[in-house]
Amino acid sequence: MESTLSDIMVDIQNLSFSRGDNLIYDGMNMTVEKGKVTAIMGPSGIGKTTLLKLIGGQLRPDSGDILFRGRSIPKMNRSELYQTRKDMSMLFQSGALFSEMSVFDNVAFPIREHTKLPESLIKIMVLMKLEAVGLRGARDLMPAELSGGMARRAALARAIALDPQLIMYDEPFAGQDPISMGIVVKLIRALNNALGLTSIVVSHDVTEVMSIADYVYVVAEKHVIGEGTPEQLRQHESPLVQQFLKGEADGAVPFHYKAAPYADELMELL
Amino acid sequence: MVLDQLQRMGAATIHSVMGLGRAALMLLGAIFGKPSIRKGTPLLIKQLYVVGVLSLLIILVSGLFIGMVLALQGYTVLVKFGAEQMLGPLVALSLLRELGPVVTALLFAGRAGSALTAEIGLMKATEQLSSMEMMAVDPLRRIISPRFWAGVISMPLLAIIFTAVGILGGHLVGVDWLGVDGGGYWSAMQANVDLYQDVFNGIIKSIVFAFIVMWIALHKGFDAVPTSEGISRATTETVVTASLAVLAFDFILTALMFGG
Repeated sequence: MESTLSDIMVDIQNLSFSRGDNLIYDGMNMTVEKGKVTAIMGPSGIGKTTLLKLIGGQLRPDSGDILFRGRSIPKMNRSELYQTRKDMSMLFQSGALFSEMSVFDNVAFPIREHTKLPESLIKIMVLMKLEAVGLRGARDLMPAELSGGMARRAALARAIALDPQLIMYDEPFAGQDPISMGIVVKLIRALNNALGLTSIVVSHDVTEVMSIADYVYVVAEKHVIGEGTPEQLRQHESPLVQQFLKGEADGAVPFHYKAAPYADELMELL
Repeated sequence: MVLDQLQRMGAATIHSVMGLGRAALMLLGAIFGKPSIRKGTPLLIKQLYVVGVLSLLIILVSGLFIGMVLALQGYTVLVKFGAEQMLGPLVALSLLRELGPVVTALLFAGRAGSALTAEIGLMKATEQLSSMEMMAVDPLRRIISPRFWAGVISMPLLAIIFTAVGILGGHLVGVDWLGVDGGGYWSAMQANVDLYQDVFNGIIKSIVFAFIVMWIALHKGFDAVPTSEGISRATTETVVTASLAVLAFDFILTALMFGG
């Protein structure tokens, strides 16, 4: 990927991270270009959410570096990190709306926390964000009254409330019916273009990701196994990438969990 | 074998020391998380209502009954020595020095402490705390701190209310039912209760218990394993640990205050 330094929003260099004895990433490299929708795909359980938390500074890598607009996230102190987080935003898989506040207050929350704007102006801002996700009419509902798809859209409105530069989506398509899936796909693309955002989408829904991403990384076995535009990726020679894209049950990733040979185990039982 | 045992013991020790460290960090964050007056006050008032006002009923009812039982039990013993006029001081001193602060703390741990643990554990499990952090809002300041201070402010007040209601309950049984002289009940109490030794020490106890209960409840929620099983375990641990800690500290404080 040819790009000048200033075009890069997030630059992950030689990242290693482990949880307990379990090595999750080993020397991973990745760059996210400004203004693009970059997707990170991979089988579940490889720590894709962990990667977003590393970028957000909620976790610290064992080694390697994560640069956000050229500045190292792991090396920041607490107040720098909090300052930086105002420029990024994350949409959690569950939506993570605050359950004791209405949809309106949820969207207003980051604005009220970080600005001293008068309530009348906050109202205008919140209604704009809710209109963008089509939930202006649902402003007085409580999160418990929303369907899963609506909750995610409300959370999206909250995520863009302060006009961040980077927005990270954690499994935005998981557990959605086809209609709300279509809405989310449309919203991610539309928001990215309209607001000049940079988006990182973490997902294992191949069709949706291939339809909206500008650039895709396939992560497995602790590092990037394939990258490129969706077209390039479809031509990728790695059998693992192909198996993942086509959703084949058996292949480079075996269908069976590691086990002793079946015949041996049966014989032992006799 | 022995080495294995040693290793496990070491791991358990390190684990508990780390837990204590995390708890201390959380407490520091909650206490010194300089809450701004503009944003902090409404949060604190809301939590004072949730933690304090909503605990009032259980405190009032328990206080009344404990006072009544104390008077009844005290009377049966005192009357044997013809000392039933000392019923007032007996009820008042037991409540002020011990039962007021201790029973309030135990009830508070069960009523408000467990609710706080479950609430915060659930916030963690549904990624609300994580998302707050990503919005550059410190959950220690926004969630933990107002709850902590609400508990520390409301528990001594609840203990005072508990004691007052208990004394009235004692009056109800001792004077109105068993026929102890009403004037004697109050005047003996006045003569035998010392403001510093009894009232203030009771309040100090209550403040210490409030710190302990709130610290344990909030930390257990904040540190809970974010699954339904983890939250249920954390809630149980809050009630058990907080109750035991209150009783243990009660002994230490009593020894310091009244022992010498």
